[in-house]
Amino acid sequence: MSATNTDNWLEIKAAAEAALPANVVEFIASLNGTLHSESHLIAILHLVQAETGWLSTEQMEAVAQLAQIPLAKVTGVATFYHYFRLQPRGKHMINVCLGTACYVKGADKISQRLMDNLGIQFGETTKDGMFSLESTRCLGTCGLAPVVMIDDQVHGPVTPGEVSLILERYLKKDKAAPKA
Amino acid sequence: MTETMINLTIDSEHIQVPKGTTVLKAAEKLGIHIPRLCYHPKLSLEGACRICVVQVEGFSSFLTACSHEVWEGMSVQTNSPEIRQARRDIVELLLDNHPMDCQTCDRDGQCELQRQAYRLGVRERHFEGKRKRFPIDDQSESVVRTPEKCILCGRCIRVCEEVQGVHNLSQHGRGFETVVGPANLGPMDDSACIQCGQCINVCPTAAFLEKDHTERVWEALAMPRDKKHIVVQPAPSIRAAIGECFGLPIGTPVTGKLITALRRLGFDAVFDTNFGADLTIIEEANEFLRRMNGEGPLPLLTSCSPGWVSFMEKFYPEMIPHTSTCKSPMSMLSTLSKTHYAEKKGLSPDQIYMVGIMPCVAKKFEAARPEHAMEDGTPYTDAVLTTRELAWMIKSYGIDFVNLPDGEFDRPLGISSGAADIFGATGGVMEAALRTAAVKLTGDELGPLVFEDVRGVTGLKEASITLAGKEINIAVSNGLTNAKTVLEAIKSGEKQYHLVEIMACPGGCVAGGGQPYPPFSMDVLDPELGRLRAKALYRIDSDKQLRRSHENPAIEHLYAEYLGEPNGEKAHHLLHTHYHARMPRGIK
Repeated sequence: MSATNTDNWLEIKAAAEAALPANVVEFIASLNGTLHSESHLIAILHLVQAETGWLSTEQMEAVAQLAQIPLAKVTGVATFYHYFRLQPRGKHMINVCLGTACYVKGADKISQRLMDNLGIQFGETTKDGMFSLESTRCLGTCGLAPVVMIDDQVHGPVTPGEVSLILERYLKKDKAAPKA
Repeated sequence: MTETMINLTIDSEHIQVPKGTTVLKAAEKLGIHIPRLCYHPKLSLEGACRICVVQVEGFSSFLTACSHEVWEGMSVQTNSPEIRQARRDIVELLLDNHPMDCQTCDRDGQCELQRQAYRLGVRERHFEGKRKRFPIDDQSESVVRTPEKCILCGRCIRVCEEVQGVHNLSQHGRGFETVVGPANLGPMDDSACIQCGQCINVCPTAAFLEKDHTERVWEALAMPRDKKHIVVQPAPSIRAAIGECFGLPIGTPVTGKLITALRRLGFDAVFDTNFGADLTIIEEANEFLRRMNGEGPLPLLTSCSPGWVSFMEKFYPEMIPHTSTCKSPMSMLSTLSKTHYAEKKGLSPDQIYMVGIMPCVAKKFEAARPEHAMEDGTPYTDAVLTTRELAWMIKSYGIDFVNLPDGEFDRPLGISSGAADIFGATGGVMEAALRTAAVKLTGDELGPLVFEDVRGVTGLKEASITLAGKEINIAVSNGLTNAKTVLEAIKSGEKQYHLVEIMACPGGCVAGGGQPYPPFSMDVLDPELGRLRAKALYRIDSDKQLRRSHENPAIEHLYAEYLGEPNGEKAHHLLHTHYHARMPRGIK
């Protein structure tokens, strides 16, 4: 029997490096060999999400291999924190304020209308990739309650009837100025 | 250094225990068993289930007995009305998020949650509310995951990580939606799982179970006999453990009753996996001696444990050239049954239905591997029953196991040496190989029989043995975290072993993932459990006339009549296999 090389590590490493942004690969490499390097998992995931907007299965697998942290641990952490997105981000980010003032002013009705119109739940992205729906706590603009924030634009006070009009406006704007 | 002793009272009884003892352990010394679910003495502390709460003087809230160490002057109440009520409430809340299908559940009567509910006096349900709903994952060949039955105690996560070093399970999500599963909550089938089944053993409920093969075996047994010839082979460890399922003391050898029970169930031929074990030794000892002569890399790693093989392929594919190409005893015997035995019987291979009785759930995976199938794709082993599954079938049939007369294995594939019996114990494969290697190397037919250095349930043993002037360095490991230690030492060059036995399960096959759940008085993973079962195997061995695999006359005859030379072309074709790196690659 010849002592053939049955190790697949170099292939796996190369594939993992290709799946992640260069600065993430660099960051993980800088941690290797340091004490408790696995404790930087959250920092690594933050970096990935900052670069690509969300955490794909492929990226989490790559993080697991390069940082040598069991994949179950990586996905366990990623699913625990509300902050980490496990679906691609839509072109427009909708944040419904569920803070006390907005809630009292009917944020639940606004939320329901948004979910109905978009056909998605909180934490999801529409099939056409246009909108992602998230909830947030107080935005500090209680005077405008109930408030919906789309990208960095605050809308308020919003009535359920206005929801479709607002969404329509974003769709129209994109059509008018199509950008890759 | 003398231990600092701490004085405390538990339920008005004074007791003195060493500093660092937990309240739970101190109470055990007084004979008080505080209820527990997430606690396991062999695993790290979780403190998740809260049913071990006790009342401590000076504290307004209850403290968990598993995670609090005693202090001087502590006064503990384990059974005040408030504590009893709190524990009942905790178990009730667990039950309210549980399927409550005890009558039709596989763990009925052996479920720790069910037992705690009864013990604590939960007789009514006050909090029925929303219940979690998750799909069952039965895609794996070996392990079925039913997350609705999970109580989030985390024992499976800890055994997978701390004992097996596989880290395949983790809690996902948060709050009410929390669920335990492999990465991404994907199927076990496509995870780092190595199918050892230790998660099944430590689970207090039925959230993890073996993949059921009893249905297909009942079907086979009901087939017309001109169509099918049903053959069965029990592994060594079954005879040392199955008696427990029928109330016999742990470590009662029941080979004869087991054979009779199998015949009553309707099997046409009862062979012995031991025969395959003797054959494995011949092939593996030859492989080892050839490698000692420079043909192939050293150390040689054993390949009987399918959990270990799977681990090797996922975590250490670089060790493939080191791993023995020998099939496991089960697969060797299955192969021979569908080739040589079939020819002699005048049957076609597909007329034979082969059932393995194994202490192992990974054997179900092994049986399904394409490497262990005939050219037309049908597997050499058609079904694998765990010890638990067979015990259930015997009970279901209504066989009075304890009072059965002793039977005998069919010949010649049921003849075996004592070296084969001890395969079930950690160190047993090594000892069996050394018995034969010693004779082959020294030429002395009366070479050493007992190798004390490799016996015992310690997780990692090593020794140097001199045979015919050659020093042979050996290592024996069980539990895969210990395997990691050995493999890393080999890779770094720190250790130069010649022969290494690796078994996936802590304690070896006797404590495999398919063995009977221990009685409630004992914890699974308790080394005593493995020791008592192994003792039964060593007793069977020492009572036998034949002690060395190569002395087995049926094996000698088989080579002369059919196989030719050990490691020869035919033997290689039928009795050896190959491995490949498997995905996903595990994290070491």
